[in-house]
Formats: sequence, structure tokens, C-alpha cells
Amino acid sequence: MALLEVKDLKVRVEEREILHGLTLTVNEGEVHAIMGPNGSGKSTLSHVIAGKPGYEVTDGQILFRGEDLLEMDPDERAAKGVFLAFQYPVEIPGVATMTFLRTALNAQRKARGESEYSTPDFLKKVREVSKSLNIPQDMLKRGVNVGFSGGEKKRNEVLQMALFEPSLCILDEMDSGLDIDALRIAADGVNALRSPKRAMVVITHYQRLLNYIVPDFVHVMSRGRVVKSGGKDLALELEASGYTQFEDAA
Amino acid sequence: MPAVQETVERVKRIDVDQYRYGFETLIDSEKAPKGLSEEIVKFISQKKNEPAWMLQWRLEAYRRWLTMTEPTWARVDYPKIDFQDLYYYAAPKPKKTVTSLDEIDPEILKTYEKLGIPLREVAMLEGVEPKPGEQDPAQRKIAVDAVFDSVSVATTFKAELKKAGVIFMPISEAIREHPELVQKYLGSVVPTSDNFYATLNSAVFSDGSFVYVPPGVRCPMELSTYFRINERNTGQFERTLIIADKGSYVSYLEGCTAPQRDENQLHAAVVELVAHDDAEIKYSTVQNWYPGNSEGKGGIYNFVTKRGDCRGANSKISWTQVETGSAITWKYPSCILRGDNSRGEFYSIAISNGFQQVDSGTKMIHLGKNTSSRIISKGIAAGKSQNTYRGLVTAHRKATGARNFTACDSLLIGDKCGAHTVPYIEAKNSSATFEHEATTSKISEDVLFYCIQRGLSQEEAVGLVVNGFVKDVLQQLPMEFAVEAQKLISISLEGSVG
Repeated sequence: MALLEVKDLKVRVEEREILHGLTLTVNEGEVHAIMGPNGSGKSTLSHVIAGKPGYEVTDGQILFRGEDLLEMDPDERAAKGVFLAFQYPVEIPGVATMTFLRTALNAQRKARGESEYSTPDFLKKVREVSKSLNIPQDMLKRGVNVGFSGGEKKRNEVLQMALFEPSLCILDEMDSGLDIDALRIAADGVNALRSPKRAMVVITHYQRLLNYIVPDFVHVMSRGRVVKSGGKDLALELEASGYTQFEDAA
Repeated sequence: MPAVQETVERVKRIDVDQYRYGFETLIDSEKAPKGLSEEIVKFISQKKNEPAWMLQWRLEAYRRWLTMTEPTWARVDYPKIDFQDLYYYAAPKPKKTVTSLDEIDPEILKTYEKLGIPLREVAMLEGVEPKPGEQDPAQRKIAVDAVFDSVSVATTFKAELKKAGVIFMPISEAIREHPELVQKYLGSVVPTSDNFYATLNSAVFSDGSFVYVPPGVRCPMELSTYFRINERNTGQFERTLIIADKGSYVSYLEGCTAPQRDENQLHAAVVELVAHDDAEIKYSTVQNWYPGNSEGKGGIYNFVTKRGDCRGANSKISWTQVETGSAITWKYPSCILRGDNSRGEFYSIAISNGFQQVDSGTKMIHLGKNTSSRIISKGIAAGKSQNTYRGLVTAHRKATGARNFTACDSLLIGDKCGAHTVPYIEAKNSSATFEHEATTSKISEDVLFYCIQRGLSQEEAVGLVVNGFVKDVLQQLPMEFAVEAQKLISISLEGSVG
């Protein structure tokens, strides 16, 4: 059974149709890149999979291990293993990152009927993971993303990904706002999480990111549909020739 | 449905009638007939075996009150109160003087149990002492002066406090046992003529706490009062007086919940604090009275006058409050910074939901030289509530070098509520430095979605964001109270998002 099946998905935002019948299948262990110009519906797809309010699904299906994802609340989806790394992670003043991580992890575990982490076990785990991502301990004491640089915010997303161990990671424009060094650190973190049990959907505008996170499949989106799919070479082809060729295809 | 819209829907559906603490205790009570007159004032005074000077004081206040009118400047709206339609005195029938837990009416103890705040102090009351030198916060000592309806039913820890020289007792007892102190200080911060409700309180106050900390003494424990209003239609008129003599320190905790009522209940308390040279008083409140039902009916009317007088040089008074209950809140814990180098602080969390109306804030009156004050106010409005911060910061002509910092932040949940900030600032000398910051924000959909995507329920997400918002103030509470307050905030948010 596929991990994620998006079937003929049609989505509206305020009466305007953004996705016009999108189909995508992702299996465990695979890394898919979704590329496309601004406004092609890439971020809409990621938001709908995660369950962000404000989108109306008018047709189609999203199945996660065969279960209807659209019937679940966003927190249920998270507990099932759907993780969205945000393009713009929000700031939550007054809530220490450590507190946030622990609250979220335990909420997910509780929803799955697992025991909550004890404080020492949790601290040990966080220290391990944050060390591997080059995240200083004092960053964990600060408010969630408050005063973080772009790179720190993205690393914090990867840290959560590593802690929560989701089976599907959607990375929404992870490269936006990052310089090359920050990008490399974040991408290394992501690569370390690649596993035969975990799938990733990497959404990006530029080919650049895919030099660091090398995908198994590349899909080109235009005007709310997947217009071309291929291997990692498709990304290079796009870099050379641009998206305009697909504007007509859509 | 967008998350905020959903919150709004849920708020609409709250069954406020299921107010957790809405229950009655059936104990015999002895009440005065309805209405207010000189006879009633005499009745109250007589019930308490008060000396003549006290009765005289009450009667003067009563006569003054007759000439006053209710204040209308606050941003609150409620039907006119018929002051002749209220009871002004109710007390559990006295059995005998209480010296131990066993002697307290079991019904009253059950009430505390149901509150979910089983007397943390029960262990202490039963003589379970923490090991010497142990500073586990859960084991730290708290002395309780339990006020049930209008009469203190148990005053504990007297012996240990006595050893330190601290006087902590119901004010009705203090009037008999320490008349010289009461006469010297009562009404010296909030005069009987101060305002309509304070004057009413002066005439009919039922009971409350009295604390005196002698010079140089650091009070060995946190002093605490839980009280609830229990008698149908009974006005509750608390009167508390705390005096910290030179170089002393005391921390006082006040917490309360009230059972459900159809009729509105009037509460008009007066709290007076006096800090002499180098003394410090920390006064913390968690208030969770019945806020009214889903139509906005019932609920407590809370008209409180709280004022601290930093009478001596280098003295300090700090107010911390967490306000979640009451239909109407009219409350401005204030500091008069009379002594040179004295300091006043006000930390407040005010949460309003349903049809609650809160008009709260503080007054910092700088009279002495180099006085400083700090105001941190966090208002959270949900449902159809109105939440107003009203604050006055003033520096007298002689208050050279006065400094104030004020930060008022408001958080809105949904789009049917309102948050208002009304600062009054007056500097009568050119060396005063006043800073004022104010922000109003809505709880953002993006922030909620971020938390929910990480596995938190909507309710947990709102709780987390709000607890972050109020963190600066929660940190000011004594540890034992901070935990309780955090729970209370979550409970009141449980109510606010379904």
C-alpha cells in the first residue's frame, strides 16, 4: 500500500479553484520533489495534506496508508505521522522551545496510546538530536522561534522532524531565506533522516535545494496540476530551460 | 472552518452553567434581615462583639455612604443594584471557638474538597511537619485563614507565627485583641470616605484578615486565605489590613471561587497595606468567581478597593493578580509611593470570556523622591467579553526622579470581544521618567495551526499560546500559586474553546 495517495484532488480557496485534479503517489522510503513556478499550487498541496483551515476540497481523495486523511483533524494527522516543515515557522513568545517540543511530542504519543516521555528521557533525546543538528542548548531555552535567524528557524523545524519521527515529511520551500551555509546544515539534517520507512515531499521553486537533498522523483506542477514527472535529472532540465515550457502544457 | 472561527463557535456553545464550582453547601446560616440601615450596621457590630469605637466608625461610614452615588466612569454595564434588596450579614452558626480541623463543620471542609483545591494545608493542619531545612516548594508552609461566607472559621499556625511575633488573625478578632493597631491603621490607606463601595464596606464589612509583621521580621511562611461566597443574595464585604513594620517582609496569598447563583452577588472588598521603612509586602490574588451563565445572567459583581501605602523610605509593595471570574470586575490595586526610594509593582492577568466585563488596572502615585513603579498588565478577551485596562501614573511636584514603566498587552480570541487600554499619565515635575507601551493582538490562525500541526489539540494550542503570553506575570507569583494559576488559566480556556 502506498504511504500517500493523492487522487484527482480539487481544492478551492475563497471560490477560486487552485488545484484542478492533482494526482500523486508516494511510497515509503521515497523522496519526491515538487517543483513549479509561483502560484502553481505547491504550497496549497502541502497545506491541504496537513489540514490547514481555509481550503475547501471539492473533489478527490487523500489517503494515508489507505486511511482518508481529509476526515482527520490536523492534530490527528500529526499523530499518524504527517509532518509539515513550514516555509515561515511562526514565533510563539513566552513558550520555551523545550516546553513546546515536549508538549507536542507527548501530545502525539498520547494520541497514539503510547506512554509520555519522562523528563530525563526527553532531555536526553533532545540533547542528542540537537547536537547532531548543531543547535545550541540556549536556543532551546528561548521562546519558540523568537529572535531566531532564518537558518535557526529551519533547523528548529528539522529538529522537530527528528524528534517526532514522522513517516511523511513535507518540506515547504525549505530553502527560502537561507544562505548556502545554512541551507547545507538544514539539508544535512534532512538527509540524516532519510530512511526506508520514511517518505519526503520536498517542495521547492529552485533546483538548488535538490543538489543537497537528492530526490528519487521530480514532479513539475503548473496551474494546479502535475504536468510532468521524472527522475532527478528532470530538475536539472528545468534549471536549464525554465518553467515556461510547461505553462502551455497546463 | 478557520481555527479562529471555530474557537468563536465553540465559545458560543460553552455551557457556562456547568461552572465547575457551582454547588451549594447546606449549613445553617444566621443572617441579618434584608436591606441596610443604622440598625443593620448596629446588628453586625453587635454580632461581632465589637467595641464602641468600631461601631462609631461604621456608623460614620454608613452616614457618609448615604450621601454618595455609585461611580459610573468604568466601562462596565449592569442593571442598577438595589442596595435594600441585599443581605449584609450571614454567618455559619457559631458552635464554639475552633482550635483544630476536627472542629470545623465537615460541610465546609467538603466544600474545599469539591473545589479541587483540597486544603494543601490539611497535612499541616494535622501536624505533618516538613523535615527541618526542607525547602521542597510543595512542602513549604502556608498559613490559612479560611473565610467561609463572612466569618473566619479557622485560623491556623497561630503558634508558630506568634513565636515570630507575627499577628495573623481574622480582623474581627484583631479589633478585640489589638485595638491599638487596628485603630491606628484601619482606614489610614483607604479612608472611609474614599469611594462609594469602600465606604459601604466600611459600614458593613463582615470579616477578613489582619496581619501585623513586627520590625525586622521576615514572616516565616506565606499567609493565605481562601474564601467563597456561599449565602444566596449575601453581599460579601471583606476587609483586610496588612501592616509590615520597619524592615519586615510578608507575602500574602488570596484565592477564591464561588458557587453558582441566579441572582447577582455583590462583592465590595477593601484591602489596605502599609509598608514602613525598608519593609516589603507581596500580595497575590487568584480570583475565579462565578462569571455568569451563557446568557450573561448571574455572576459576581466585584467592586474592590485595594491600596497599598509605601509609607516608609525604601519600602516596596507588589500586587500580582490573576483574574478569571466575576461578571463585573472593578478593581485597581494601587500603590501610594510616599517614602523616598519606595517601589510599587503591579502584575496582572485578566481573562474575560462569555459576557464578562473587566475594568481593572492600577494607580501608581509617586509622592516621594526617587520612587519607582512597574506595571505589567496582560488582558485576554474571548467570547463577547469586554476587557479594559485603566491605569493612572502620577508624579507629585516633590517626587523628583520618579520612574515608571508600563506595558499593557491585550490578546483577543475571536471577533466579538473587545480590549481597551485607558492610561492616565500626569507628571508634575520635569525629572519624572514615564514609559508606556501597549500592544493589542489577535491570537493568530497561523500560530494555532503551527501548534496543531505538531500534534496539539486546538484547546491545548490556545492554552499554550496564552500561557506564553502571560508568562511574565505568572513568574511573579509564589511557586505554589503559579502552578494553581496556570491550571486555572487552562481551566478557564477549557471553558473558552469548548
